[in-house]
Amino acid sequence: MILWWIGNALLLLVVLPVVVYLLRGVLDAARGIVPSVNRIAAAASAGSKDLDAAPLLLTTQDQVRQTVEVVAGYGGSLDVIIDDVEEE
Amino acid sequence: MPAAGVVLIIAVVLIVLALVYYLVSTIVALRQITNGLDEAIAGVGEIIEKSAPVNEIVTDINKNLDAGVDLLEGLLVKKAGLVDAIGLVEGLYPGAAAAGLRNFPESKEITPPRISEVYTKGTLTLARLGREAPIAAASPSGPVLRNVAGGSLDARSRYPEVRQTRPSKLARSPVIGTGAPVQYPPSEQRGGTTPGEGELDEKGPWAETAAEGVVPAELGGSDAPREMLAEDPQLGSAALGETTGSDVPATEKGIDPSAGDEADATTDGGPDVPEGAEPDLKDAAAPPRQVDVDSAETTDDSAT
Repeated sequence: MILWWIGNALLLLVVLPVVVYLLRGVLDAARGIVPSVNRIAAAASAGSKDLDAAPLLLTTQDQVRQTVEVVAGYGGSLDVIIDDVEEE
Repeated sequence: MPAAGVVLIIAVVLIVLALVYYLVSTIVALRQITNGLDEAIAGVGEIIEKSAPVNEIVTDINKNLDAGVDLLEGLLVKKAGLVDAIGLVEGLYPGAAAAGLRNFPESKEITPPRISEVYTKGTLTLARLGREAPIAAASPSGPVLRNVAGGSLDARSRYPEVRQTRPSKLARSPVIGTGAPVQYPPSEQRGGTTPGEGELDEKGPWAETAAEGVVPAELGGSDAPREMLAEDPQLGSAALGETTGSDVPATEKGIDPSAGDEADATTDGGPDVPEGAEPDLKDAAAPPRQVDVDSAETTDDSAT
């Protein structure tokens, strides 16, 4: 009978607190991840929205190509009408 | 049941309750994490999708810009020389010469000349190309391109052209026609009669040239004195002919006068054709002669 009481005491005073401590640690860690994940989701959404202007790069690409063509035409014309530097 | 058994049961129940509470709470937290990760993955997926063509486009843009830079740098060095090109760059963008030209690594070692202060070579050419060429904006004597006294007007005045002297009045351009300051009397008649005042009024200004004649004799017309004509005047009066001065028809039958002013040689002249007769078209569709074909081919071959 004495051993039974000793076992009960160990169960209530040692096992139960250890179980509660360990489970609480797991729960705290899991709850600590939630805000971080929410911030990551918000950042990904904002980053996706920032990239909405990416298709404008197609326009930029076309305009750069046209600009370089104009520059090439202008440069080619200058090459024809301006004499080269005299070689020393 | 002994009291110790009751206490044991209570202890086990407490442990089970603690396990249930914390494990359920952990499950809820993990589900929230899963939902958050799903949102994050969706956002990252959009980012990947939207940024997929960026690399290719930016590469193409950079390639075009590189070509433009290569072109401009090459043109600048070709036209101004490497040293002067560095001086020009330094004059336009102070401090930029230290970076040098991308395609000319040796340009970093060049001490840029002070072209922004004194530079004359090619200024006039650049001035012709663009009046606001920045190359002359910092000239010690002021903006040459906008300096009228020292600009193109000064150089232009060196040419012996009356208009450069800005005269207050220039001689008028010659006027032709009946209103011309110098009238040339008609000296020659080429068919028809010389239009009189009434005919001029009726026909309008186009008939005025006929009133003056084609070429006056004193200017070497076909009836000019022999010494004024060329050695072989092929178009003399004999060749050009002259009007008869008579109303008598030149042919035996003449033009049917019944048509009056609307007379036409093709309908009112020529032989009488029986009514219903077909025109003779036997030669109209005849192919070219073989001699002509051979001659044309020979000409084409020699031309090529």
